[in-house]
Amino acid sequence: MMLPEIGHYSLILGLALSILLGAVPMIGASINNTPLMKMARPLAGGQFIFILISFLILGYAFTQDDFSVQYVANHSNTLLPIQYKISAIWGGHEGSLLLWALILSGWTAAVVIFSKSLPLIVYARVLSVMGLIAVGFLFFILLTSNPFDRYLPQFPSEGSDLNPLLQDFGLIVHPPMLYMGYVGFSVAFSFAIAALLGGQLDAAWARWSRPWTTVAWAFLTLGIALGSWWAYYELGWGGWWFWDPVENASFMPWLVGAALIHSLAATEKRGVFKSWTVLLAILSFSLSLLGTFLVRSGVLTSVHAFASDPARGQFILALLGITLFCSLTLYAYKVPQVRGRIYFSLLSKETFLLTNNLLLIVAWVTVMLGTLYPLALDFVGGAKLSIGPPYFNALFVPIMSVLAVMMGFGIVSRWKDNSISYLIKKLRLAAILAVTVALVTPFVAFKEFHFGAFLGLLLFSWIVFVSIQDVIDKSKSSQGFFYGVRRLRPAYFGMMCGHIGFAITLLGVAMVSIESDERDIRLSIGDQAQVQNYIFEFDGMEKIEGPNYIADRASFIVMDSETKKVISYLKPEKRLYLAKNMPMTEAAIDPGVFRDLYVALGEKLEDGAWAVRIQIKPFVRWIWFGALIMGLGGLLAVSDKRYRTT
Amino acid sequence: MHAKRKQRLILVLFLVFGFSVVLGLALYALSENINLFYNPTQIADGDAPEGSRIRAGGMVVVGSVSRDSVTLANKFSLTDYNATMQVEFLGILPDLFREGQGIVALGRINSDNVLIADEVLAKHDEKYMPPEVAESLKHDKAESYNSQNYIKADQ
Repeated sequence: MMLPEIGHYSLILGLALSILLGAVPMIGASINNTPLMKMARPLAGGQFIFILISFLILGYAFTQDDFSVQYVANHSNTLLPIQYKISAIWGGHEGSLLLWALILSGWTAAVVIFSKSLPLIVYARVLSVMGLIAVGFLFFILLTSNPFDRYLPQFPSEGSDLNPLLQDFGLIVHPPMLYMGYVGFSVAFSFAIAALLGGQLDAAWARWSRPWTTVAWAFLTLGIALGSWWAYYELGWGGWWFWDPVENASFMPWLVGAALIHSLAATEKRGVFKSWTVLLAILSFSLSLLGTFLVRSGVLTSVHAFASDPARGQFILALLGITLFCSLTLYAYKVPQVRGRIYFSLLSKETFLLTNNLLLIVAWVTVMLGTLYPLALDFVGGAKLSIGPPYFNALFVPIMSVLAVMMGFGIVSRWKDNSISYLIKKLRLAAILAVTVALVTPFVAFKEFHFGAFLGLLLFSWIVFVSIQDVIDKSKSSQGFFYGVRRLRPAYFGMMCGHIGFAITLLGVAMVSIESDERDIRLSIGDQAQVQNYIFEFDGMEKIEGPNYIADRASFIVMDSETKKVISYLKPEKRLYLAKNMPMTEAAIDPGVFRDLYVALGEKLEDGAWAVRIQIKPFVRWIWFGALIMGLGGLLAVSDKRYRTT
Repeated sequence: MHAKRKQRLILVLFLVFGFSVVLGLALYALSENINLFYNPTQIADGDAPEGSRIRAGGMVVVGSVSRDSVTLANKFSLTDYNATMQVEFLGILPDLFREGQGIVALGRINSDNVLIADEVLAKHDEKYMPPEVAESLKHDKAESYNSQNYIKADQ
């Protein structure tokens, strides 16, 4: 079969087209040659098609168990269920980079389709910059990480299987979503570079960039949430965020991307913070590259770092360096031309958006310090150390609290100037209600006062009440409330979803951090354990066989401790994946709106007893539900008509 | 002073104040949460500070793992083939904790020079060894230490 060679060749053709895309329209734009600029469209389309062909061929090799392809042999197995054979395409280093390149060319094609009405010169420059990024990544794949390398002439008759951790629904969808976000920031970056090249950082540029940035950020939000959800049930121990460097790698562009969305709004509406917005656009994409470097270079020790070939790390670092150097040089050279003088007072929406930006940037710097400090120290030969989660928690609680409080001011304030009495009038009721809810609820629900629960509820209800107040005020109409609501724009509701989603996640984080109950217990069959108001009875143990594993499966009966009514049957497993001889913990979860019941099997002890972890996780679903609302809010905002026309 | 200038001054002062507070807080939090790595030789020599949270890594000595028959307490020894150290851990060990393999434990050294671990990290691949362990062992087989996967087992 020649197919993998065709895939390889197709990737090389994709590279050739992206080199042309990176050069031809750019030259056309600089000499104002229309035919050259118009080449951007077919080149971008061709690049996408060739990379897609290459991707599909790799997928085909997986479904056909073509173990002569090294990448397939190392990440698949004949017994692997078909959905995991397909997701195994991005289960390893080479394939996930191919997915990266595919998504990049997909975003490029999306710009071709959705930004037809852009001025030709901007259109050409944006696509050209995206072509240059593709050149870097395709070179990277072809030179250091070719997924089509063969084991020839002798190849294994059986593959060594996909890492069992990755054999899961969450891992089918998590990487594509995350990459959609990471790579999506390349569009905002390309628009920023195109604007710098043209010297036109105006409201039109901000309006063109906004939907792309928002969509990228929405995907990143969903991708991070999926990763967190997967870690919660699949890593087996019920944690939802570890401040692991790889998680931080995706969180850094998220924080800066959120700042970018807000500063773009100010730039579009008021023409302020132009140079700052450009800087953020450059920064978000650079952080996406940094994230790729951290995850793919093997400098980190984590579940994600599967490959550690120094050449790969150096290549991505070089890409990051070139990107930063070129874009910042251009920025330094061009930005003095675009300074604007627009007045706004201390109590204006501009100031509150600036505060939002500063807080998010501080949060980003905090994460970066904690993530890179151990690496930097190790690199210069200093002490080996790690930074514990308490560092991040200690800083995130105050930063996010202030951010949430300021969010209320940002929502109700008007551009240019607000009087203090106006702000008080708008926020008084929400503040009183929020404090009341935060004071009363803990006593009703938990019969005790806990500062963390108070804080979480206070911030959550503050944002929710301010949002409700704002919707009521903004939909005032002589023809009634519902007429007024219908007149509000999708972009406005998108913003509301973003903020309320943030509040929901915040409450989830606060409650699960404070009220979780976690027990490691030794149980034999027939034993009971009581955690809070739940009795967990270890009912039995059986052996089962999966497609590519064998497992011990326990059954637990969960009852209410007072009524003895059965609430749930939970069947956690301890699996042994045969190809890699690797044990895996498969937790059993009874999900609920206000609590998850979580049982995971630890080790088998003597006399048939098992070490068992039992957990009650209050509000844990809110964390991901809030992220879902944030993500959908982003997509809703983009559906607004105002972004369709230029 | 001009009203606009005054507002700008307030903003700048506010920013400077805010940044100093955050920076101070960040550096304090950082200094409180650094977990330094020590190998069994250093711990046997008494180099590791008693009472502060550290990371220790080495190979689990074959035959050294003993489990309590009532609780989930475990005891085992770690070695770097030069010295060995004792570790005690109450909780569930990670799936890939095996005798003869490299692990990292986080915890505090007590007065008997025993590490009371609150977290044990094991590799998630047969070929892998935590990099600190690999380096502190300084064996020649370093080329096989790829595929860096940890699985966490919290306390």
